[in-house]
Parts: sequence; C-alpha cells; structure tokens
Amino acid sequence: MSAVADTHAQEHHHGPASGISRWLLTTNHKDIGTMYLIFSFTMFLLGGTMAMVIRAELFQPGLQIVQPEFFNQMTTMHGLIMVFGAVMPAFVGLANWMVPLMIGAPDMALPRMNNWSFWLLPCAFLILVSTLFMEGGAPNFGWTFYAPLSTTYGPPSTTFFIFAIHIMGVSSIMGAINVIATILNMRAPGMTMMKMPMFVWTWLITAFLLIAVMPVLAGVVTMMLMDINFGTSFFNAAGGGDPVLFQHVFWFFGHPEVYIMILPAFGAISHIIPAFSRKKLFGYASMVYAVGAIALLSFLVWAHHMFTVGVPVAGQLFFMYATLLIAVPTGVKVFNWVATMFRGSLSFETPMLFAIAFVILFTIGGFSGLMLAIAPADFQYHDTYFVVAHFHYVLVPGAIFGIFASAYFWLPKWTGHMYDETLAKTHFWLSFIGMNLAFFPMHFLGLAGMPRRIPDYALQFADFNMVSSVGAFMFGSTQLLFLLIVVKCVRGGEKAPAKPWEGAEGLEWTVPSPAPYHTFSTPPVVK
Amino acid sequence: MRVHAQRAGALFGGLSFPALSVADWTVNMTPGVTGTSNDIFDLHMTIFWICVAIGVVVFGIMFWSIFAHRKSQGAKPANFHENTLVEILWTLIPLVILVIMAIPATATLIDMYDTTESDIDIKVTGYQWKWQYEYINEDFGYFSNLATPSDQISNRQAKGENYLLEVDNPMVIPVGKKIRFLLTANDVIHSWWVPDFGVKKDAIPGFINEAWTRVDKPGTYRGQCTELCGKDHGFMPVVVKAVSEEDYNTWVNQQIAMAEKERELTQKDWTMEELLERGEKAYATACAACHQADGSGVPPAFPALRGSAVATGDIAAHIDIVVNGKPGTAMQAFGGQLNEADLAAIITYERNAWGNKVGDMVTPKEIFDYKNAQ
Repeated sequence: MSAVADTHAQEHHHGPASGISRWLLTTNHKDIGTMYLIFSFTMFLLGGTMAMVIRAELFQPGLQIVQPEFFNQMTTMHGLIMVFGAVMPAFVGLANWMVPLMIGAPDMALPRMNNWSFWLLPCAFLILVSTLFMEGGAPNFGWTFYAPLSTTYGPPSTTFFIFAIHIMGVSSIMGAINVIATILNMRAPGMTMMKMPMFVWTWLITAFLLIAVMPVLAGVVTMMLMDINFGTSFFNAAGGGDPVLFQHVFWFFGHPEVYIMILPAFGAISHIIPAFSRKKLFGYASMVYAVGAIALLSFLVWAHHMFTVGVPVAGQLFFMYATLLIAVPTGVKVFNWVATMFRGSLSFETPMLFAIAFVILFTIGGFSGLMLAIAPADFQYHDTYFVVAHFHYVLVPGAIFGIFASAYFWLPKWTGHMYDETLAKTHFWLSFIGMNLAFFPMHFLGLAGMPRRIPDYALQFADFNMVSSVGAFMFGSTQLLFLLIVVKCVRGGEKAPAKPWEGAEGLEWTVPSPAPYHTFSTPPVVK
Repeated sequence: MRVHAQRAGALFGGLSFPALSVADWTVNMTPGVTGTSNDIFDLHMTIFWICVAIGVVVFGIMFWSIFAHRKSQGAKPANFHENTLVEILWTLIPLVILVIMAIPATATLIDMYDTTESDIDIKVTGYQWKWQYEYINEDFGYFSNLATPSDQISNRQAKGENYLLEVDNPMVIPVGKKIRFLLTANDVIHSWWVPDFGVKKDAIPGFINEAWTRVDKPGTYRGQCTELCGKDHGFMPVVVKAVSEEDYNTWVNQQIAMAEKERELTQKDWTMEELLERGEKAYATACAACHQADGSGVPPAFPALRGSAVATGDIAAHIDIVVNGKPGTAMQAFGGQLNEADLAAIITYERNAWGNKVGDMVTPKEIFDYKNAQ
C-alpha cells in the first residue's frame, strides 16, 4: 500500500467490516484478541470435558466407563488441549487486547501476521481433535509423548499430531514476534522500559521464552516424524538412538513452557492486586528482575523432570540446586504481592478474589514444587498423583485463575458493561471450592503411592479418588457459569465508566469503555 | 474445614459403598522399611515443615491485611512501595534455608547412587505389561504378571484385598543383604517402583540403570509401574517378598530345579489335548492383554487372531511371528520370553481356538529346532 493510500485510510476510521469477513480478514488487535479468547474458552470446555471423562472413570476402582486405550487418549488430549489450546491462546488473546492499550499503541506491530497466527490455531486443533476419529484413535502416549511409546509404538494418527504441533508452534512463534516487535517499537513517548506495566514486562519475557523453545519442540517432533516415517533412529535404541535424548530435548522445551504459562498471569496479578489494594505495586524493579531471573533459570532445570532416568549423580545435584534456586525469585514475587496488600485499602471484587486465590494456591503449588525439587524425595513423588496435584495447583489457580482475574478486570473495558458481580462471585467460590476438592486429595493419593496415568487403581486409593471426582465435576460444571456471565455482560448491564476500578492505573483506563475500535491513533505522552 | 468436609464425605462414601470399606484415608508418605526410604521420609518431612512455616508467615501477613486493611473498615492506603533492606532480606533468607535443605538431600542422594558391593544382583526387565526378574548369579529367571482376574477389573466379581497389586510370581529377596537391581526394558520405558524401599528407577530400552536396596524386615512389599507404557500401564504391579536367608536359599534351589524341569518339557511327547490345555493358560498370561481372551484383538494396534491370516494360514509364518515378533509394531519377540513348551502350546491353541479350526499342531521339539536353526 502506498504512503498516500495509507494516510487516506488513517483519516477515515471506520468501524469493523460487517459479517464474517470482519472476523476472517480482520487485522484489528481487539478483534483478534477477542477471537483468541473465544477460541481459548472453547478449548477449555473441550479439554475440560475430557477431564470429566477421566474423573468419571476414576470415580470408583474397576473399569466402568471407558477402556484403558481410550482413557490414555483422554489424558493425552486433555493435556495437549489445555496447554496449547486453552492456556497459551488465552494469554495471547489478553496480550492482543491489552498490550497496545497499555503502551499507548494503535495496534500490534504486525497486524496481518497477527491475523494469520490466530487462524492457524483452529486449523491445528481441527487436525488434533480429528485424530480421535481416526482408525487406531488419538495420541495415547501422554502430553509428554515420550519415545519410543510415541514413535515405534504410537498409533497411526501420531503423524497428524506432529503436524498439528508444528502448526501450533508456527502460530506461537509468530505471536511472540509480534508481541516483541510491538513492545520494543510502539511504546508511547516517555514510556521507558522501566516504566512499562508489569503485564507488558512479563509478556515481553514470555515472548522471548517462546521464541527460544518452540523451535526446540518443533525439532523434537520432527525427529519423531523421521523415526516414524523415514526409518531414522533418533530415539530408537535398537538403531543406535537414545530414548533419553527425547526427554532431554522435550524438557528443554517443556520447562520454559511452564513459565510461558504462568509469567503473563504474574503480570496481570501485579495490576489487579494494587488496583484493589489502592496502593502502588511493592518493589516494581525487583518484580521485573525476578521475572527475568525465573526466565533465565528456567533453561537450566529441565532434568528435574527426569530424576529417575539415571542421570549421573553430579548432574542430578546440579539440577536439584538450580531448581531450588528458582524458589528465590518466585518467593520475591509472592512477598511483593503480600507487601502490596499490607496496609492497603482492600476491597474484594471478583478480580481481586481470583487474584488472592491465585497468590495463596499458586504458593501451595510452589511449595509442592520445592518438595519435588529435592531429588532423593522425588524418587518417591515422581510420576505419582503428587506430581499431578502439584502441576494442577500451579496451572489451575495459577494460569487459569490468572486468566479469570484478568477477564473480570478488563471485561468492562472490552464490553462497556459491568459484569454481574453476584454471579461472578458465585463463579469464584464454586471454582475455588471445586478446585481444592478436586486437586488437594491428589497430594494424599500420590504420597500413598498412586501412580499417575492409570485408569484403575488399588482399593486403598478409592475414597480420595471419589472426593477428587466430585470436586472435579463441581469445578467443571461451574465454568458454564462463566460463559453465562460473559454473554450477559456483552449483551448489556450497568454502563462501565472509562475507569471502573477506583485504584486501577494505566493507559488502558484513559480510553472510553468499551474501548473504541481504534485507539491511540495519536500516541499519548507518558511522564 | 476442608479436611472435615472430606471426612464427612468419606463417612458418607464409606457407608454407601461397603465394597470400599477397606479403603483408608492415609494422607502422608509411609517411612518404608529401608534406610533409604527412611532418609527420604525425613527429607520429605523436613521440607514439608519448612514449607508450612513459610506458609504460616506469608499467609499470616496476608490474612492480617485482608482483615485489618479493608476499605469497608475505613482503611486508608499507606504510600510505601519499596524498601531495599526488606527486599534483600527476603532474597537472602530463602537462599539460606535452601542451602540448609540441600545438604542432607545431597548426602542421601550420594548414598542412593552407591550401588557397589552388592550381595545379589537381579536384572529387572520391563515388558508391555509385565516384569521379568533374572537372578544373574544363579542363572534362572521368570516373568511376573498381574494376578488379578479380569472379572474383578470389569466389576463382575468382588475385588480382592490386593486388587491390582498382586502377581503370579513375585520377586523374592533375602533380608539383610544388599540387592542390586539392573533395570532395562524390552519395548518402551517402564519404571520400577517399590515405595516401601524408596526405590524407583526407569527401565529404558537400550540402557541399564542401577539401583539398590537392603531390606531388614521380612514381608511382602507392593508397588507399580510408574512410567506410562501403553494400554495396560496400570496393570503391571511390582511385588517383592523379603524372606529369611534360609527361606531364600530353599527358594533358589526350587527355582533352579524348576528351570531344569521346564527344559525337560521340551523333550516330552505332547498330545494335541495337552498342548491346547497348556496353551489356553499360557495364552491368557502372555497374549490376552493385547489380542484379548476371545482372540478379537483391539484393531488396528492389536489385530484379531480369530480368523486371521496368520493364525489360520501357513504354520511356519505363524511360528516366525510369535518367536521373532514383528519389528515396528507392538508384537514382541516371544522366543526369548517363553519356553518351548509354552510357545508350542500357544501357537497350537491359536490355530484351534475360537473357530480357527486349522487342526494342525506344533511340538515343543519343533520349536526348539526352529530356534536353533535361526
């Protein structure tokens, strides 16, 4: 497009195009953000439905509802869909909506690529979900797809799974490039790096993590592809390959990946707690350094997922020490949030409730993480329900509650209406109780010796499994309430002012609610 | 409060499902019966109480803020937002705690890795979905399969006390001796775990991992495979019997004698009926997990044998696939896993069961010759 036409377009700001082409062809960061969020919630319900199948089968000992083959497909697909379909796209959606608004930019730096990186996702997940209907079924080797179970012994659909992972990776990398380009180039005049909102900081670091590790994931699935279809032996011991190599490469991706799923939530929580404490975030600079330290350390700890594979003792010690070290910057963040609340003026609207639950429950997940880091003790915890409890405590109240807190916090800005506070608080309390009922007993199950990824179990595990299933059904069904609340909020409700929260700060609250289709065509000046 | 709710739930659950009355409400790790497992238990409790202490302080301050600094109570926000001294302190104090924690953990880890000077070596091989135990100093070995009847799993029969944690042939070890385990796998990665010993190690194809234990208390100890290894991952338990040294020696002599008897079976003259009878049992143990008891399989991963081209076709091809497996698929080479009598019995059974009325048979001797000719 020529410069002249460009200027012309700038002068005539129209609203969105009408009909389906608005969504297919849009380059608007708000539209794309909305699509990411809708996609993510759809995947959340789909992955959640699979979790319900898992918990229904585990309600009682014995095989009742599904056979082990299908059970393994459910655990695998649940993990893949939640990680790549629900949590990651939700954060990209939040970044799309909020990063330009927070830094005073008119849009993302690369709007056409933005459109493409979104539309790749439905394609990838269409392929992934279609494997359920293929002969031999969907991937059944766990979301960690360890070779040789996933290569020599994998179902025929594994190749489709690899293709889907590749497309998701391309989408994530493009999304990350876009975030970095936007943040580094399009900040409003006067907004230096150390004045950036925390959500922008955490997303910048997350984006670098994504660019660093998604190619590693692409590499490992490509090696699988070669092993399966072209007769190579990267991971096949019989051909001179190394099954443990798979785990090293996978977890070199996998560990930074867990921070990719939590850092943006750290950022959002760092806005919500000060807003409802009516007090500035404590220790902004140390928060930034802590996120940077966590991100760097995340590259040095991958083998703590592999303490039982026979890593030599020196390696074992290195990875144990490095993992323990992560507790330090993570602790700094938690202390800072608590210090922000301390002597504030607190009120407890739904975003704050989710944020407080985030801090408490994420810390509990951090504690179990600390326990898992003790290598000798990990020999007892590894691959038991204790691990399942641990990562669900960091991912559900961590990532998912972080997303809910963000959604309630910014819904008035997105829709122009206040959400129904009573329903939202009901959503919070039911989620909180359901989540703890579902996942807390899993600690006990793991310590009592129940391995993960089993469709049936010994009788001493029966009672806590039943409790856990009841909690899971409660948590799962409660999420439909969130759908209702959002639909209600989009369609109407009390009009939201530009800044609906008394203590909130940032450029996003200087534009009207709902945010106009185009914002900050003229950059604001940050002092 | 949550604990009470769970207990109430337990009571309700316990009353309404009498079958589950053996279940318990264990909330913690058990200390186990070895030095290692006790060391681990101590580490576990230390780090747990450290976490509790940190939790009490952090959550205490947080709840204090929630109660005392509410806007509805008229709290006015303070203005501070940094304090270098406090920030340095809460970076350094956790660091010191971690160093204190790392010292005993390092000592335990180094001890766990010391597999030297063992009295007995046992090679543990993981298969989909069973364990093989080979006593390499004594020259015998055997497979250990799940013993829970499938009727219990599919709820057609009441579940026994050791449901899913019982095997046909447990590992037997003497008390008071240092046992070294050499772990590997034949197909995918498995993980051999006995919680009471504090031993968990992955069994990886192409690798040999080492672990060790010394059990002082005789008893039966139960564990499970802890690495997802396919369909029946949840159905390959580990059972170890620790017995006195005399009992162990008696058992070893029995095993050696039995191994000799198995070898004699190959030379015996077998009738079709004897083969079919033995074949049905051996098939149930070695084949039914994939190909199903009625030969219907779970296609496409595990093809049906009923009416299949292999089971009803040329017998040489049938022997080949059972003895040598089919590379690139889940079909293992059973030539090294089963004795000649079982191989012959299974092949004969497959050719004459479920309406596969081929009518021919193969004898253990023929299998023996076939294997030697390769």
